[in-house]
Amino acid sequence: MSGITNLRGTAAPLDQANVDTDQIIPKQFLTSVSRKGFGKHLFHDWRYLDLHEQELNPDFALNKTEHQGASVLLARQNFGCGSSREHAPWALTDYGFKVVIATSFADIFYGNCMNNQLLPIQLNSDQMDKLFNAVADEPALEIEVDLPAQQVRCKAGQFDFDIAEHHKHKLLKGLDAIGETLELAEKIDSYERSIPAWR
Amino acid sequence: MGKTLYEKIWDDHLVARAGTDNLIYIDRHLIHEVTSPQAFAGLEEKGRNLRCPERTFATMDHSISTRSLALDACGPTNQLQLMTLKQNCDKYGVELFPVGHQKQGIIHVIGPELGLILPGMTVVCGDSHTATHGAFGALAFGIGTSEVEHVFATQTLKQGKAKTLLVKVDGTLPVGVTAKDIILAIIGEIGHAGATGHVIEYAGSAIEALSMEERMTICNMSIEAGAKAGLIAPDETTYAYLKNRERCPTGADWEQALSYWQQLKSDADAHFDTVVNLQASDITPQVTWGTNPGQVIGVNEAIPQPQSFSDEVSRTSAQKALHYMGLQPGQKLSDVAVSHVFIGSCTNSRIEDLRAAAKIAAAGKVAEGVTAIVVPGSAQVKQQAESEQLDKIFTEAGFEWRLPGCSMCLGMNDDILKPGDRCASTSNRNFEGRQGRGSRTHLVSPAMAAAAAIKGHFVDVREFDV
Ligand code: SF4
Repeated sequence: MSGITNLRGTAAPLDQANVDTDQIIPKQFLTSVSRKGFGKHLFHDWRYLDLHEQELNPDFALNKTEHQGASVLLARQNFGCGSSREHAPWALTDYGFKVVIATSFADIFYGNCMNNQLLPIQLNSDQMDKLFNAVADEPALEIEVDLPAQQVRCKAGQFDFDIAEHHKHKLLKGLDAIGETLELAEKIDSYERSIPAWR
Repeated sequence: MGKTLYEKIWDDHLVARAGTDNLIYIDRHLIHEVTSPQAFAGLEEKGRNLRCPERTFATMDHSISTRSLALDACGPTNQLQLMTLKQNCDKYGVELFPVGHQKQGIIHVIGPELGLILPGMTVVCGDSHTATHGAFGALAFGIGTSEVEHVFATQTLKQGKAKTLLVKVDGTLPVGVTAKDIILAIIGEIGHAGATGHVIEYAGSAIEALSMEERMTICNMSIEAGAKAGLIAPDETTYAYLKNRERCPTGADWEQALSYWQQLKSDADAHFDTVVNLQASDITPQVTWGTNPGQVIGVNEAIPQPQSFSDEVSRTSAQKALHYMGLQPGQKLSDVAVSHVFIGSCTNSRIEDLRAAAKIAAAGKVAEGVTAIVVPGSAQVKQQAESEQLDKIFTEAGFEWRLPGCSMCLGMNDDILKPGDRCASTSNRNFEGRQGRGSRTHLVSPAMAAAAAIKGHFVDVREFDV
């Protein structure tokens, strides 16, 4: 996997708190045994008026002409709450999102993003208001996300964001986490020798 | 300064420290058909091995039928997923409890039932309700599929340390009020994201008084407050549950384990980042009115006015939820009719749950127009219930008695609601569309669900003279 550094793109605004993983990708699509092809079912219940995904809901933000091709998703508090399904970040990246900017994220979803080269950025609610307003005024607004500098830049302002060093490192380098851990095999072996019989 | 229970388990599982990363050893890895296939495929692609098949246990639960033991009963894609699990378990030497096996069931029901989960262990599963196992004083949390693959290959996980939240519930629980009501009241108090970034430890005299099954109900819903995990310190109740259980250590191993477990509690001077106190006597039977588990009230309270919430986000969420749920502020839930009742899920499908529901079911018949199903959490629960003739009580009252599985908790099979259906459910999530597109879910205890089935609307279970 190659890493993320700088990204430029337009944003789609999802002005809602507590967007759960059941909404991001409903259960009926979880029977697939592959990681691919979830993008067309992203936000199924909100995006389509029918069960067969033929009729788009014209009121849903992602369906608006001006938000086609967006690579940044804007959201509010507690984005990605609920189930541990990694199908949620798979659906978001398969659809074309590379960054989600929200007021806060649920823990498991946040961790899952890191394993899928999807950058979750947490900004405060004032900063989120500014971004939502700017995109409402100018849907084609270009947003630049600079991971090395930990900054979101656009006409509405420059916003610094926090990210844990190991997460940043992983996203920048696109590392194979398992490969890295396997280099510590000796430590795992020696830990295993110390485990009591009952465990 | 002393250590919390969480810190003690954490320290005892630290394999290596690499910068800000901590490598944590995993004692038990539970898997099911939905979140494992891509992880097995990843191993295969890279030509990697599954490091500890003997620490890995699999079951079929999410996408199976509750009416038939046939793997193709829910269509070819479900069947393919189930067959893929079987092939992967065969290939990598993982013990599987498949459909039809006498020990099959919901992963979070069978783990404890088999005695696979012990105090002081680390337990993971590609499933957010892994928190259930925290009832044993085990550090148990849900992970994504990439992490499932990481555990397969290394038996470890890279983890950041969580903050700690102590929830103390003291006093005596009123009659008719259950563990489900405690946890719903806690989530109502701290909010649906109130414990994000935290591991919760539940303590206090009301928690200590709970049985193991009740403790599992509490820990199960920790994720519904946003927590990474929930923990309850092991005590005599825990040891009594585990003693002589299949797969539990015996003889000298048991003695050694026991002396270790007895130190597994937060020290008196341990520091918690946050502390929340609740009085058990204040808790009443709870019902959710909205589309997240924090939107909950006592059954006799009126549905809140969205304006009554202090912040804009909660106001908007409440408005949106009421619209979706087809409810009005000020309305009493006892005036709200239900079309469906679901008794089951990893939150409330154990034998004590079924006994509590059956007690109410024995007092009447399912109201006209209501479809009510009872789905035991495991084949062993089903068998136990049948030996106590609970199935007869249910079927005579008009409930359907089904085969074990996740069923209508998430409807990956055909147990699914239609738009506008309103369900009293003993499960854990009332999200929009969780039980079927456009369906409306109200979370309640097993007794409250059975009572709603009989009255045809929500009702305070304490009105039943049982
Ligand atoms: S019963 Fe529901 S919450 Fe529990 S594991 Fe199954 S689907 Fe998940």
